[in-house]
Amino acid sequence: MELPRRIYEEMLNHARACAPEESCGLVGGRAGRAERFFPTPNGAEDPLRRYDIPPVDLLRVTREIERGGMELTAIFHSHPATEAYPSATDIRLAYYPEAFYLILSLADPERPVLRAFRIADGRVDEQPIAIC
Amino acid sequence: MAVNVYIPTPFRRHTGGQSRVQVEAVTVGELLRSLAREYPDLAGRILDGQGGVQNYLNVFVNEEEIRSLAGLDTPLKAGDEVSLIPAMAGGGRRTERRAGRPPWLNIM
Repeated sequence: MELPRRIYEEMLNHARACAPEESCGLVGGRAGRAERFFPTPNGAEDPLRRYDIPPVDLLRVTREIERGGMELTAIFHSHPATEAYPSATDIRLAYYPEAFYLILSLADPERPVLRAFRIADGRVDEQPIAIC
Repeated sequence: MAVNVYIPTPFRRHTGGQSRVQVEAVTVGELLRSLAREYPDLAGRILDGQGGVQNYLNVFVNEEEIRSLAGLDTPLKAGDEVSLIPAMAGGGRRTERRAGRPPWLNIM
């Protein structure tokens, strides 16, 4: 997927502001190119280990993406202390096979790592990211 | 009485690509059962084996999720918009590792 550097920096700022809790958000775009990042609260009961975008935010952002003529390009969350790879829970709860799942690791605070995946039927396929 | 239903992207392959459909129903339960009949591939994605809403699925009537209303008995009126939005959730430590070096991007 294509990710404008400005959006990457918005994700990084959101993840750092939420650490040590996991952060999350949605990305609207067109044809695999991200156009806008929508940071959301994390409604999980255990935000140190889980993310769960609150229903009210899912509805609000879904409508904003649609109003903007965009598609749901990606679902973003951060792993503050572990690597940027889908956990078993991430895989089990992945209901959007056509979206990219973006995971930003802050395990090494000086060297954040962002990776993109497609997750479908329990299978994880890493996808290249072009930051431009 | 027709109600507009927003279909999320992962369900559209089962509705012929439509992002909105109209359904005749007076309660949310009736609407979901009607959708399941019309689009059989959606049935297991919206209803569980006991006829309840799948845990992972959020069903909104206008701005409100039905778990904060009357669930499947939530009444509908003409012009209401029902939105189906699967959860976006996850987290936890990874337990699987793939062999080989993946094409990850390390950003300084």
